[in-house]
Amino acid sequence: MTYNHHKDHSAAAAEFLVNKERVQWHDDALWFVRSKRDKAAFALPEWEGLRTQASAIKDHTLSCLDEYLQQFEQNAARNGIHIHWALDAQEHNDIVYSILARHGARKIVKSKSMLTEECHLNDHLEQKGIEVVDTDLGERIVQLNDEPPSHIVLPAIHIKKEEVGAIFHKHLGTEAGASDPQYLTNAAREHLRQKFLTADIAITGVNFAVAETGSIVVCTNEGNADLGVHLAKVHIACMGIEKIIPRTEHLGVFLRLLARSATGQAITTYSSHFQRPAAGSEMHVVIVDNGRTTQLGREAFRNSLKCIRCGACLNTCPVYRRSGGHSYHNAVAGPIGAILAPNLDMKKNADLPFASTLCGSCTDVCPVKIDIHDQLYQWRQVLVQEGYVATGKKAGMKVMAAILSSPGRFSMAGKLARKMLKWFPRLAMNGKLNPWGRQRELPEVPAESFREWYKREHGK
Amino acid sequence: MRVALFVPCYVDQFYPKVAIATLKLLQRLGLEVEFPAGQTCCGQPMANGGFEHYTAGCNSNFIKSFSGYDHIVCPSGSCVLHLKDHLHDEKQEAEADRIRSRVYELCEFLTDIVDLQSLDVSFPHKVALHQGCHGQRGLQLSASSERVVPFFSKPLRLLQMVHGLELAPLDRPDECCGFGGTFCVSEEAVSSAMGLSRIADYQQHEATVLTGTDMSCLMHQEGLIRRKQLPIKVMHIAEILSGS
Ligand code: SF4
Repeated sequence: MTYNHHKDHSAAAAEFLVNKERVQWHDDALWFVRSKRDKAAFALPEWEGLRTQASAIKDHTLSCLDEYLQQFEQNAARNGIHIHWALDAQEHNDIVYSILARHGARKIVKSKSMLTEECHLNDHLEQKGIEVVDTDLGERIVQLNDEPPSHIVLPAIHIKKEEVGAIFHKHLGTEAGASDPQYLTNAAREHLRQKFLTADIAITGVNFAVAETGSIVVCTNEGNADLGVHLAKVHIACMGIEKIIPRTEHLGVFLRLLARSATGQAITTYSSHFQRPAAGSEMHVVIVDNGRTTQLGREAFRNSLKCIRCGACLNTCPVYRRSGGHSYHNAVAGPIGAILAPNLDMKKNADLPFASTLCGSCTDVCPVKIDIHDQLYQWRQVLVQEGYVATGKKAGMKVMAAILSSPGRFSMAGKLARKMLKWFPRLAMNGKLNPWGRQRELPEVPAESFREWYKREHGK
Repeated sequence: MRVALFVPCYVDQFYPKVAIATLKLLQRLGLEVEFPAGQTCCGQPMANGGFEHYTAGCNSNFIKSFSGYDHIVCPSGSCVLHLKDHLHDEKQEAEADRIRSRVYELCEFLTDIVDLQSLDVSFPHKVALHQGCHGQRGLQLSASSERVVPFFSKPLRLLQMVHGLELAPLDRPDECCGFGGTFCVSEEAVSSAMGLSRIADYQQHEATVLTGTDMSCLMHQEGLIRRKQLPIKVMHIAEILSGS
């Protein structure tokens, strides 16, 4: 379930793009989701106002996150919930395992949680001999296929239904060659039902943690979080520190934005509120930092923590749609992943902020108004200054800066470049080392530059 | 009114006809336009590559070249956005500030300053408009399709003034073409795929001419079009508006 770390985004994307038919279909499928989002958003005249409110609530919350976290802890504890604090992924995994170990649990059902993906919880637990079953349909498909999700909301968006048929045939014994979604969904439901009924403990993610009530809200379309929690004796909910919102009434803003942005639905089918454990059962909330306080301390990148993981920036991103989620080699892919990942590991993720044209569609679609493309630009500056780009690029940039800052040098270099292109156009085009020319012609070279023309015309 | 023409470096070298069209268009509207000879580049190629700290030379040269003008007009939304966002100079920040507020993309200038209401040119072709992202989303040349705001588009409005011009409706009217500066080579595969899907959209709607506010986006798409020898002519919006 790990990524191929040897490939950077560009190389992995090029590989994804080899199968043109798949790319077309991946792009169309995600564009369809984006279009549904547009319809839902444009049906609310107050949409932009909601975004402003959501952004303001999150900004405020982040500005006094410590207080709200403590308030949440106190209220949750009063409700009988056990609260745990984890500094990083390792601590998070250890805490979860210790709860499982205390109950002697062997079988776990888990509803969708990007945080547990980020922490690689499944690997950790499986190594200890515990069976973890992802119960979200898309998550289960990628889990059976032994790969990570490629999208934060649509984990199996890169897999076609025929391939799902093959995966289910292999693991669940469905008919060979089956690709009817209804048939496959029923098979998955049957399979998961057994897992739900025999699970010892249910793990869920958290969409919102309400400070004033000490309760959590989990949004799903399949109801798998509820089913898991209600059938198991113990519920463990894992959340990043940024999931806090101050008050219940704020859900009126976020729940309206979340599903519309994610899939174009007015609201997720299930918005499940968990406030206290049922009689005779236990409820735990693990609150995880894992680099978030570092991000909170980086002023230019702080507001990436406003993210509600709706996935809209992935759906709208023309690069994501054509490169696939795995090319981002990070639990969270797409534009938001590209500004979160360097915070976790600059060296490993230095390629991601460059995997963008800075078109800004992500920023305009984001329901909590994160300035995603500006942060991509800022990350580029940081990564260069911290020495995470190739030295060749640095030298080239220096030469370019020298040429472009002097009119004399610029005119000369321009003349030279035009001559070279004229003399060697085919050479430049066909060279394997010239990526421009792989699928594109170079511009036709004019006899003179504008400044030469101007001088001639105006006699200066 | 002293108007200066800023010609992006690559337009100067590879697309002089676009700069000439811009100049003639402005002159035809009765404006006195100067081309400050010392100009070079806005610095964006370095900055978007993560080397904003190498742009000090470009910045001071830009300020030296364009001080004292009432308006600076440029046929590129991308370069203008870069200047508006990043033109700074410790030694002359007041002047940098002044320039940042006086630099305009061509369509923006024709709409907001000149208040152009009609044009006496004709162009009887079916035209697809590519909205360059930096101009559209950054400079707000037109409403982006993600935002719930009333529709407007400065370039589209100008094209509608051209006699005989038919606009091709597009399935994705403001999707990025994939140029993205160094992105077009560092992510060649994605960049080309993005460009090709824009072109498929134009073809689907039988456009015979592709136009836009940024020659960089157009250069990339023209490269793809010419390689595939498709029957689409690529022209900067200034060429259409000036009747050249
Ligand atoms: S960054 Fe914004 S658009 Fe992207 S997933 Fe987060 S909330 Fe959604």
